[in-house]
Amino acid sequence: MMESLAMGGYGAYVWTCFGLAAAVLIINEWRVRARQATVYKEIEVRIKALEDSA
Amino acid sequence: MWKWFHQLASPPHFYRIAPTFSLVLLLPGLALIAYGVYAGLFLAPMDYQQGDAFRIIYIHVPSAYLSLMAYMIMAVAGGIGLIWRMKLAHAVAASAAPLGAWFTFLALATGSIWGRPMWGTWWEWADPRMMSELILLFFYFGYMALRGAIDDTAKADKASAVLALVGVINVIIVHYSVTWWSSLHQGQTIMAKEGPAMDPGMLYPLLANIFGFTLLFGSLILRRTRTEVLFRERRTRWVKEMILAPEGQR
Amino acid sequence: MTNPERHMPSMTSGLLAVARRDLLLAWKRPGDVLNPLFFFAMVCTLFPLAVGPSAEQLTFSGPGVLWVAALLAMLISLNSLFISDFDDGSLEQLLISPQPLPLVGLGKTISHWLTSGLPLVLVSPIVAITYRMPGDVVLVLMLTLTLGTVSLSLLGSIGAALTVGLHRGTALLSLLILPLSMPVLIIGANTVSLAAGNETYSAGIWALAAYAVGTLSLAPYATAAALRISNE
Repeated sequence: MMESLAMGGYGAYVWTCFGLAAAVLIINEWRVRARQATVYKEIEVRIKALEDSA
Repeated sequence: MWKWFHQLASPPHFYRIAPTFSLVLLLPGLALIAYGVYAGLFLAPMDYQQGDAFRIIYIHVPSAYLSLMAYMIMAVAGGIGLIWRMKLAHAVAASAAPLGAWFTFLALATGSIWGRPMWGTWWEWADPRMMSELILLFFYFGYMALRGAIDDTAKADKASAVLALVGVINVIIVHYSVTWWSSLHQGQTIMAKEGPAMDPGMLYPLLANIFGFTLLFGSLILRRTRTEVLFRERRTRWVKEMILAPEGQR
Repeated sequence: MTNPERHMPSMTSGLLAVARRDLLLAWKRPGDVLNPLFFFAMVCTLFPLAVGPSAEQLTFSGPGVLWVAALLAMLISLNSLFISDFDDGSLEQLLISPQPLPLVGLGKTISHWLTSGLPLVLVSPIVAITYRMPGDVVLVLMLTLTLGTVSLSLLGSIGAALTVGLHRGTALLSLLILPLSMPVLIIGANTVSLAAGNETYSAGIWALAAYAVGTLSLAPYATAAALRISNE
């Protein structure tokens, strides 16, 4: 098991690359969700405020 | 067909159906990547020249492919937006740029890490693909900077579409000129040419990852565009009605 | 009213009128022409100071340094291409004039090249000689610079048109134009290097010429589109 994780001595390179890929995908997934939530919230606050003042 | 297309392009409709479509792409995408990564790391036979270091290909090639595909989407969507004045197309172009830049970064980073054990250097200036990819990254930055610098959304859409279209020609010319340039300076062989036939055990995980990354990218861009549409339409009636509608009906 | 042709200016009259006007303006403000030239000379002075004055070093890096300096000098001069016309409103007048806008933009680009690219080409031999460049290589340098600066002016006019009227225009313009100008730099500088190394360099000249013709036929349309967008 440890042997296959070591990747014949290239483990550091290989695992860094796969880790980077995972990080990029997770960051993008998170950013998409965070932005949707922020934009929705901003619009909701503005519209509700307008509605209340009307 | 045309009617369906128009309906799809209408912002409220797109906003409603995008999550479903996004999920339809995301789930098979994740499954393909799960297979591709596992098989690429543990099942694919070792490369006789590069040993296990070649397994970086399972990340590097899909991201390099997506970096170019995102650019094409950005340019084509920009062109559609310019010619047919389709608002959704501009939102797609705006969403494609940062995603494309991320995958370009990933392609560069993995290429660089791969280069360390194979070429003995983190950065090989004479490799034409790395140079093209780097210039592509600069181009993404320029595109996003132009978008960011123009306050009026409609203006930013059109100006950046012109830039993206000019850039398409440029990307091709950059590729050829960099290839010519590296042929002048190449001391040693940079990388063994890919053999004509890749072992199926190596190839299938790669194909799975390319498709999987593409599906994931599709899922991300759909949702990014959805948010972009919501933001752009924030002063419209349908957004107001949607927000004021009772919980379950959104 | 018997001769309607007298009231219909020809296609190129707008191009010529705009080019003549811009040249006249440049004549009245020589600083705009001279500053990029001084900049070019100064960048070329910086390199020997930084990397050392040995003859081999200068011969080796000369073509690259001169080309990079020329590229940056062109970039500096681009900023003023449309900005004064934008500020005083004459750009809007040009946009609504009956003249075809690509040709009007081309007229401005031509005068830009005559006041920035051409002076660079003419000054480059002086700098090249200080870099110990032999005479026949200097000619190749001038030829590549001529063809290259034409392309750079045309490409630059697209960027200048896209960024005209923006607050942070200058830095943005560089960010947009530098990736576009890389093929010109790559081919130009390496062609001179090949000539300096007594190798065949004609392919580079043809490539630069083809690039210049390509940009000449396409860039004016992109510039016109960008000008319309920027002035909406």
